Amino acid sequence: MKFINQLMNKVYIVCLAFYRFLQRQAPKIWWKILAVTLVFYTLFGGLLFGVPHLFSLHETIRNLYFHVPMWFAMLSAFMISVFYSILYLRTNNEEYDFAAVECVNTGMLFYALGLITGMLWAKYTWGEYWSGDPKQNCAAIAFLLYCAYLVLRNSVDEEQKRAKISAIYNIFAFPIMIVLIFIIPRMGDSLHPGNGGNPGFNAYNLDSRMRVVLYPAFIGWSLISVWIANIRYRIRLIENKKTQIN
Amino acid sequence: MKLFDQTWELFKKEIVLEWRSKYAFNGVLLYVVSTVFICYISFNLTPGFDKSQGYKVVWNVLFWIIILFASVNAIAKSFMQESKSRLLYYYSIASPHAIILSKTIYNILLMSLLSILALIVYLLFFTNTIGDPLFYFLVVILGSISFSTVFTMISAIASKAGNNGTLMAILSFPVIIPVILMLIRLSKNAMDGIERSLSYGDIGALCAINAIVIATALLLFPYLWRD
Repeated sequence: MKFINQLMNKVYIVCLAFYRFLQRQAPKIWWKILAVTLVFYTLFGGLLFGVPHLFSLHETIRNLYFHVPMWFAMLSAFMISVFYSILYLRTNNEEYDFAAVECVNTGMLFYALGLITGMLWAKYTWGEYWSGDPKQNCAAIAFLLYCAYLVLRNSVDEEQKRAKISAIYNIFAFPIMIVLIFIIPRMGDSLHPGNGGNPGFNAYNLDSRMRVVLYPAFIGWSLISVWIANIRYRIRLIENKKTQIN
Repeated sequence: MKLFDQTWELFKKEIVLEWRSKYAFNGVLLYVVSTVFICYISFNLTPGFDKSQGYKVVWNVLFWIIILFASVNAIAKSFMQESKSRLLYYYSIASPHAIILSKTIYNILLMSLLSILALIVYLLFFTNTIGDPLFYFLVVILGSISFSTVFTMISAIASKAGNNGTLMAILSFPVIIPVILMLIRLSKNAMDGIERSLSYGDIGALCAINAIVIATALLLFPYLWRD
């Protein structure tokens, strides 16, 4: 137990140093410009550049540029949220709780977008919007997991208690979400690429023409999600200041 | 080995408390028996159902749903029955790790006992169709361990947040759905008598989920108990 605690402390210190670096970058404009440029590049590039023509996918393969980055954006928002929850438990600073919940809200937005783009894609390739594929079902369950987080927040009135309990549940939910979305579908018989014995796009058809668009899309959409969370967090701070009794 | 001693003492205390009142055990046992009996009567309304094709699937799924609700009822009590002042006393004499560990181990014991009894009652009423009884038994034990680890942590969270049953259900079901899906698949394999080596992957995944849940519970509970 002592060893684990020491190890956790080391990881925490490294993360904190990285966090300080990021905090210095946050007010700067360059990453916002980068995010907008990359997203517009992927919008045009995704629709115009050449793609390989594959059986049953045809032009819908372009959805790869919009579907997968949503999950990256969601993951980065949730990861930041877990980090802020840990920070809250260590310091009991209310602002960290605001950051955590706004990151979850943003993550939920991208979660919903990821589900919708996936469903649209499924309609054209698998034939149904919702065909009960293990990947879809597990994603829906993990969505419930985060809905439960938001319900849990509303069930407690006292602010500090609410912040503490929801931070704990957030940290608890994150590994379960990872298991649900990325591990369990791999074991079942899913049709989703990269799952159930199917090769991922990497294996045979993601040629270099697609990588040129896909990887910038990951970075661009992740930055956009961080930006949205950042703005929402600042709005919440102002609201909190306005409603405070001084 | 202070942690071990504390866990052992608290574990003994849980058993003694339960032995005196036998409330949780008898209550949940009665719950299981009456649910099984209701299912038995309702199934008898359709004569010849136990010869039909879907009987095995229903048999298996029904058993797990009964165990699921029984374990929610049994384990939700583990933190609710403690009064606030008594919890304060525990925290002054023992480490939080010892408290959550002893509760988890006690719940594992309680649930294993209950689910074995439930299986016996279930087998008594419904026609036995299990192909590989030993493996099915093993899956039942594994299931009660998984339910206990997950529900103990969730009930600790729920008891801090107003102590109501709705919250317990909302918080625990997304976590328990993948576990129960794997358990149903495993036990179906055992029922059909499919070769055991095909199920090792699922068993490994279940053990991994348990390890994750116990590790996060140990890391997070020290923050949870302080009021």
